[in-house]
Amino acid sequence: MHELSIVMSILDIAEKESAKNNAVQIDEIELEIGELSGIDMPAFDFAWQQAVKSTKLEGAARIVTHIPGEGLCMDCEAVFPMHQLYKPCPVCSHHFITILKGKELRVKSLVIN
Amino acid sequence: MCATCGCDSNASSSIQHIGEHNHPHDHAHEHDHSHSHGKTIVAVEKDILHENNLLAQRNRGYFDAKNILALNLVSSPGSGKTSLLERTLTDMKGEFPFYVIEGDQQTTRDADRIHATGTKVAQINTGKGCHLDAHMILHALQGMKPVENAVLFIENVGNLVCPAMFDLGEKERVVIISVTEGDDKPIKYPDMFHTSTLCIINKVDLLPYVPFSLDKVKEYARQVNPALEFIELSCTSGEGLSGWYQWLKAKVPVTETV
Ligand SMILES: Nc1nc2c(ncn2[C@@H]2O[C@H](COP(=O)(O)OP(=O)(O)O)[C@@H](O)[C@H]2O)c(=O)[nH]1
Ligand SMILES: [Mg+2]
Ligand SMILES: [Zn+2]
Ligand SMILES: [Zn+2]
Ligand SMILES: [Zn+2]
Ligand SMILES: [Zn+2]
Ligand SMILES: [Zn+2]
Repeated sequence: MHELSIVMSILDIAEKESAKNNAVQIDEIELEIGELSGIDMPAFDFAWQQAVKSTKLEGAARIVTHIPGEGLCMDCEAVFPMHQLYKPCPVCSHHFITILKGKELRVKSLVIN
Repeated sequence: MCATCGCDSNASSSIQHIGEHNHPHDHAHEHDHSHSHGKTIVAVEKDILHENNLLAQRNRGYFDAKNILALNLVSSPGSGKTSLLERTLTDMKGEFPFYVIEGDQQTTRDADRIHATGTKVAQINTGKGCHLDAHMILHALQGMKPVENAVLFIENVGNLVCPAMFDLGEKERVVIISVTEGDDKPIKYPDMFHTSTLCIINKVDLLPYVPFSLDKVKEYARQVNPALEFIELSCTSGEGLSGWYQWLKAKVPVTETV
């Protein structure tokens, strides 16, 4: 359940950013979560419900942009959708792959009050 | 808030330096933030692991400056991390100054086992936390004060999922799998094998008794990480340990005695 640590880090970022802007409440938070970031969304949702209680994020709308995985084959230079770390390059079947997209784990923005 | 130093952190772990009293310590975190006063929408654009990564970089700088080889040992519970350390610290005694940081949810049992080998050790209890993070390591180091040219082993919490995400500032990540776990572990838990540089296959003394293919486990692991190195060994019989000791010696930046 590292998802709880991740949610705690989001809370930390949200608290700091909203305090800098003298906000007492956060209406909305926008997150980017990549397909290969290692986040299990049901576990994330569960951790979220527990952790945001009595914080500025309680009641905030949560907008999650899921970023699909994308790989670059180091052998044949093909760029392809990547849903798993262990799948080979669909063009040449080799495994030397650089992850271009899908590792994202970001707080994009807050709407504060 | 961090209980040990009052820094901005949600750490709820405790650190015990086995065989000595605790040392006071302090540090400050520096951050640059862009301010956007009076606006309703705040563009944050911040990596959620930013804080951990900053502290990991700080640990890495500390290790580099002191020429310390820091290794992060990760595995499922029971794969043999502590056993490997006990063997290594006993067999290589005096060759390098060794230090160990033990991560477990509860108890100082593993730290006590390491302490028995005569090695300086700190135990981090993570409570409900399922992994070590860079902040915990930073505090453990403050009390430990390792000398230059040392080798530091960090035994992470037994868990093949969560520790993969958290950079501690280590030089190398070593994943340990034992032959009783099944040879498809690397594709079931790909992140850990993806982020490690060495895979130790432990308990090879049990190979005659369990259905486990060395070829298969390597094939699966290479699908996730083609550059992964392998060492097969048994902490019980001692078979293969010399390969691990050679690997270690080759990784130490400068050879020097205490
Ligand atoms: N048969 C056999 N048992 C081992 C070997 N290495 C460790 N063990 C046993 O596996 C169990 C777990 O080992 P431990 O080092 O505590 O694992 P950790 O949780 O990864 O630190 C202990 O009972 C060890 O004695 C090995 O090479 N062969
Ligand atoms: Mg252990
Ligand atoms: Zn976890
Ligand atoms: Zn996908
Ligand atoms: Zn290819
Ligand atoms: Zn602290
Ligand atoms: Zn701190």
